Amino acid sequence: MALEHADVLRAAHLARLGLDEGEADRYRDDLGRILEMVDQLQSLDTDGVAPLAHPLDATQRLRADEVTEPDQRETFQRCAPAVENGLYLVPRVVE
Amino acid sequence: MHDQTLTGLAAALTAGEFSSRELTEHLLARIERHDGALNSFITVTGDQALAAADAADAARARGEAGPLTGLPLALKDIFCTRGVKTSCGSRMLDNFAAPYDATVVEKLAAAGTLSLGKTNMDEFAMGSSNENSHYGPVKNPWDLSAVPGGSSGGSAAAVAAGLVPAALGTDTGGSIRQPAAFCGITGLKPTYGRVSRYGMVAYASSLDQAGPMARTAEDCAHLLGAIAGHDQRDSTSVARGVPDYVEGLEAPLSGLKIGLPKEYFGDGLSAEVASAVREAIAVYESLGATVREVSLPHTHYAIPAYYVIAPAEASSNLSRYDGVRFGHRCENPSDLIDLYKRSRAEGFGEEVKRRILIGTHTLSEGFFDAYYKQAQKVRRLIRQDFLDAFEEVDVLMGPAAPTPAFDLGANKDPVSMYLQDIYTIAVNLAGIPGISVPAGFAGGRPVGLQILGTHFAEAQLLNVAHQFQQATDWHLRRPAFAEETA
Amino acid sequence: MQWETVIGLEVHVQLATRSKIFSGASTAFGAEPNTQACAVDLGLPGVLPVLNEQAVAMAVQFGLGIHAEIPEVSVFDRKNYFYPDLPKGYQTSQMYEPIVGPGEVEILLEDGERKTVRVHHAHLEEDAGKSLHEDFHGMTGIDLNRAGTPLLEIVSEPDMRSAKEAAAYLKAIHSIVTYLGISDGNMAEGSMRCDVNVSVRPRGQEAFGTRAEIKNVNSFRFVERAIEFEVERQIELLEDGGTVVQETRLYDPEADETRSMRTKEEANDYRYFPCPDLLPVVLDQAYVDHLRGQLPELPAAKRERFQGELGLSAYDAGVLSASRAMAEYFERVHAVCGDAKQAANWVQGELSGALNREGLAIVDSPVSADQLGGLIVRVLDDTINGKAAKQVFQALWHGEGGDEHNSADAIIEAKGLKQVTDTGAIEAMIDQVIADSPAQVAQYRDAEPDKRGKMIGYFVGQVMKASRGTANPQQVNALLKEKLDALC
Repeated sequence: MALEHADVLRAAHLARLGLDEGEADRYRDDLGRILEMVDQLQSLDTDGVAPLAHPLDATQRLRADEVTEPDQRETFQRCAPAVENGLYLVPRVVE
Repeated sequence: MHDQTLTGLAAALTAGEFSSRELTEHLLARIERHDGALNSFITVTGDQALAAADAADAARARGEAGPLTGLPLALKDIFCTRGVKTSCGSRMLDNFAAPYDATVVEKLAAAGTLSLGKTNMDEFAMGSSNENSHYGPVKNPWDLSAVPGGSSGGSAAAVAAGLVPAALGTDTGGSIRQPAAFCGITGLKPTYGRVSRYGMVAYASSLDQAGPMARTAEDCAHLLGAIAGHDQRDSTSVARGVPDYVEGLEAPLSGLKIGLPKEYFGDGLSAEVASAVREAIAVYESLGATVREVSLPHTHYAIPAYYVIAPAEASSNLSRYDGVRFGHRCENPSDLIDLYKRSRAEGFGEEVKRRILIGTHTLSEGFFDAYYKQAQKVRRLIRQDFLDAFEEVDVLMGPAAPTPAFDLGANKDPVSMYLQDIYTIAVNLAGIPGISVPAGFAGGRPVGLQILGTHFAEAQLLNVAHQFQQATDWHLRRPAFAEETA
Repeated sequence: MQWETVIGLEVHVQLATRSKIFSGASTAFGAEPNTQACAVDLGLPGVLPVLNEQAVAMAVQFGLGIHAEIPEVSVFDRKNYFYPDLPKGYQTSQMYEPIVGPGEVEILLEDGERKTVRVHHAHLEEDAGKSLHEDFHGMTGIDLNRAGTPLLEIVSEPDMRSAKEAAAYLKAIHSIVTYLGISDGNMAEGSMRCDVNVSVRPRGQEAFGTRAEIKNVNSFRFVERAIEFEVERQIELLEDGGTVVQETRLYDPEADETRSMRTKEEANDYRYFPCPDLLPVVLDQAYVDHLRGQLPELPAAKRERFQGELGLSAYDAGVLSASRAMAEYFERVHAVCGDAKQAANWVQGELSGALNREGLAIVDSPVSADQLGGLIVRVLDDTINGKAAKQVFQALWHGEGGDEHNSADAIIEAKGLKQVTDTGAIEAMIDQVIADSPAQVAQYRDAEPDKRGKMIGYFVGQVMKASRGTANPQQVNALLKEKLDALC
């Protein structure tokens, strides 16, 4: 499946990765070649094969409904770039 | 003392030949002297290591030492360490000191080991050469113009150079086994779920697995015993007892059925690597094993399937690096979108961006079924190949990589770099364990023999690897780099 | 043209677990910002989710409560998008294999009609945090305490045809989840929120019209008003020759209108895929049966029983079963007094009136169900008459008589409200009144026999007054008539 310049820009936007035009061109070439390699998958007949999401056929274990985590705001916010009054700050979000 | 195995050092500590502090000081001094050329560490935690060494010596004096007490290790910088920078080889996390320890870090500390520091790696474990680190490439101690392999290149190089007797790595598509092969050490990727992933920065969650990298299989057995086991905090870790991996090391190999996947000996395999691997297999025959050819018919599809599944998971796993709660944040963002786009563009390196873009694209509307679903179906076929093979043979053997360590800068093209992992990647898709052991040299660079077993066959792999190391001395060879009298 | 409205609802219910769906942080409401956001909720590097068993049990209970299929296997997926209140850059949800399959909810309309609304499925997911738009030097503040709170999203089929039906459906869901005790149902605190899909089509047309989605409506009343506004807007638009755009709208209660959300029109692409950090959830039949065995009687079954077994009217049965607290109160009163109709009358009349006046919920009633039952017992056994009963109720309301279940008796005793049924005593009082009222007796005697009935009221009043309200009014009536007629 061929990759268009617009596909790269669209993926970059969905992934919130800033790319300039030059980079987008470069990534289109790289990604195009990677997808070409990946496209070998299309030649395989997988009718009737169930997708495998985890290598082991294990099932989810459940946790007891208990509060085990104490307040560690101060510790956690030590590595935060911008906080005030215990809140993480971001540029104004327009709803 | 820096040439010894973990097991040898443990015996020396027990015998009182030297203290843990003396050993730690010696290794820290070697790191100081030699790591400038190797670049295998991102962070050296000397003070903490010495404090822990003193505590270990004190415990030993009280008669409270266990088999691993006082042994120095290094941790790939993907494992969260409380209060110590955990960069994952990325500018994104250059300012990140984790507020908690990974489960394996806790377990190793509980076993009495100490950490000398955090080793260099490909950014977010994406790479096969350690050239993708924000902190610069790592050099191979056997030849400074060669790569050490990746992504656990720092761990492999540090062990090979005698800066630390053993280290932890992680393996998503070969990141323990390939650098172990390139650096002439022993590296084990356990069964998926055998070791907790809690506190290990995620690359591709359904493939990532931590494991030991050391000089011998015996050392790996000790370390695996210390880190394996179920963890309440990791839903994908397996609730299954941990066997004594050391106990079975001496079992004889007579009657062992070895399968050689014919797809692992085809085009693209260097002749020198092939001959080293064949010689190693001859050693096994001399130990009483029988050898036959088997087929893993979907081998060819492993790299394509991996480069859908791993980037898809990565694209989602790496969305949390958004400059809001931790990690790199761009200067003066003009709005929210700018904050996201610039922080991520500045914080991530090229290979990480490439994989995020691939993963985002293949998951997006209109492509999901053709790429992701199809890759998951192929994943089942690949796993079935292995399960079928293990109906016929006990273990599979082949090369860990098609060539010995290549030169720094030799693989500029991403696809040709990806193809380096041809023999290791299917193992992660299938979730089975694999070990690489030193098996000779090609052009002065080490060659690794890869041994694969079925799910949870770690004890068998370690036994098979250990018996080889009893019969050969490849694992005892040391690079000339940083040679000095102890 | 005649238009028909088509409505589907997505109701998000916060489950009343102690800890979050994937972490051990508390879910308590109202804590200081980010003090209940642990490493998992914050999406710090390397941390992993582990599923809360109570969230699973609650989801299954809901499924059983709406007679839904409970699939053996359900799977968590990631919904990927960037937003500051979504720490990991994805929401863990269930896209392809939800925990609750198709089910149905019976709703009760105002005219007593019943209607079944089909539920397409219900799935578990994690809530996001909150953005606070107060001014932090032109910045927005993010509080992640709510991030990771378990939500059950209940997705209906487009089966509702009016705003009233939508409100009734929402009330039915509210009533089911509060009956089950799986949510506090507190809409003001956001424990229940709802997205409404609305479209209109010419009556008789089968194909659906283009729908608008109204996001985050958080009260029963607003649901009705938002739909009414939106329906009118769409009809007007179509009748003027326009077309409805498929979009997300917000309801503004202040202006009582819906508005298009000002998103730069970028198509969302959530890139759902199975969450690799979580394994498939497998529920065996024994587990589901165990939960089924523990289900309380749900509102629809209660309503049925109140009507069928207790002989209440459809209206009474509906009101008394609407909330679990109301139903439990009523059933206790009934158990104590043994008369369903009296119990229903008192709970809906005197008690509800008093509660409404004071703005109290039934759980906060100063009169306990046992006390009210005890009071009704004394009405039924003729110990007190209706008038005295109201006095006793007021006394109970104000805490007189202590909090024992027989406090009504104490009040009756203390206030001397016991009904006088002794014929001799009543006759004596009647004789006195007749002796004291010669003029009224003369009028009575002179009146036409068919007018006398009305005139007797005066004498009854006097006798009751003389008895301080305690004489049995029926007896007084009968005896008076007898005596007065004897004088004629």
